[in-house]
Amino acid sequence: MSLARELLNSTTQVIAKMGAVMLFLGRILGQVPASLARPGLIVAQIHNAGALSLVIIMTCGLFVGMVLGLQGYDLLQRFGSESALGTGTALALLRELGPVVTALLFAGRAGTALASEIGLMRATDQLVAMEMMAVDSVRRVVAPRFLGGLIAMPLLTMIFVAIAIFGVQLVGVQQLGVDRGTFWSQMQGSVKMSDVTEGWIKGCVFGAACTLVAVYEGYTAAPTAEGVGQATTRTVVISAVLTLALDYILTALLL
Amino acid sequence: MQQSRAMEVSTGLFVLLGFAALLFLATQITNRDVGANGKSYEVTARYENIGGLKVGAPVSMAGVTIGRVDGIAFDQKVYKAVVKMRIKDEFNKIPDDSDASIMTSGLLGGQYVGISAGGSETFLKAGSQIQFVQDALVLENLINRLVASFASKKDSDAPAEEKK
Repeated sequence: MSLARELLNSTTQVIAKMGAVMLFLGRILGQVPASLARPGLIVAQIHNAGALSLVIIMTCGLFVGMVLGLQGYDLLQRFGSESALGTGTALALLRELGPVVTALLFAGRAGTALASEIGLMRATDQLVAMEMMAVDSVRRVVAPRFLGGLIAMPLLTMIFVAIAIFGVQLVGVQQLGVDRGTFWSQMQGSVKMSDVTEGWIKGCVFGAACTLVAVYEGYTAAPTAEGVGQATTRTVVISAVLTLALDYILTALLL
Repeated sequence: MQQSRAMEVSTGLFVLLGFAALLFLATQITNRDVGANGKSYEVTARYENIGGLKVGAPVSMAGVTIGRVDGIAFDQKVYKAVVKMRIKDEFNKIPDDSDASIMTSGLLGGQYVGISAGGSETFLKAGSQIQFVQDALVLENLINRLVASFASKKDSDAPAEEKK
């Protein structure tokens, strides 16, 4: 009996939280025009979410590409079709791996930073202080961060994919001896512009989802040291699950 | 002030890098159209069976891509596939009795149209139709033929064994 009640309770909680996040998104979107009037704040957030994530994104992209090169070559040479290495890896990177891995890294690097920053603002009463001075904290703090993440994420995705393809090329062509001409021309022959757009769209959606989760968790964090820690943890967990779930939906829609 | 200037510069560099990556992916990774960067002319060919030929497949001579398949249609009057090919203008000396066959590149590769030159003095021009064609090789037909030839061989072998 109590188990059923507990189940019902937690289900209502999840639904209530989804509703709260959506309402929060509405509040942010309402403040977007106002925060566009102060582009300096957004630039600072693109710097925080994007430029500062660049090193980790590029390093991971290179390694993901190199691993794909090795694995792809090993798999394809069993069928005598190493020449398809470029095609296979480029499509996998553009459509799936690029956006998803970038989103997971983004949640770990930029999402946690956002959640703990806003959470600490909450814990140290900075947000309340702003309200006291009749400054809308969503407009001043949250909306620029949301926009910054939204702009930075697709750009990071594209950088990730480009570096990863370079990594594939490094292992496949330079090290394992796939013909350079075949590698590029097979890739160019079968990758379409719609594949690039798919990666871009996924990057935008994942960026919006991860940033929204991060700012929401930070904004609603319990104003204690423990609360900020929990908000950061929840940001990573929810962002990762949300990214993978959205990925399935988006793939089904875009295929 | 100094710090915010550095931040703006690095943000600008990041955005530039992102768009450079997008440009790289959009131009270097995706296929570029033959017709887009030069003039071309169109010829057609009719096939009984085109197998898995797709729009955008290369048209090649001696292994060099000289054009692309531009359109595939079905002619209900003669029940044949009509393949439209767009060939670059610089390749304007292809004899009009050339042979256009549908071939497969590699085991898993896609299909393409391979043109082998004929001996005619007149050349293909815009709108002309290639008369000599060779259909795509359909694996099932090939296997059927192989099985049939084995079966007939077995039949002819059987009486010979009886004689022994």
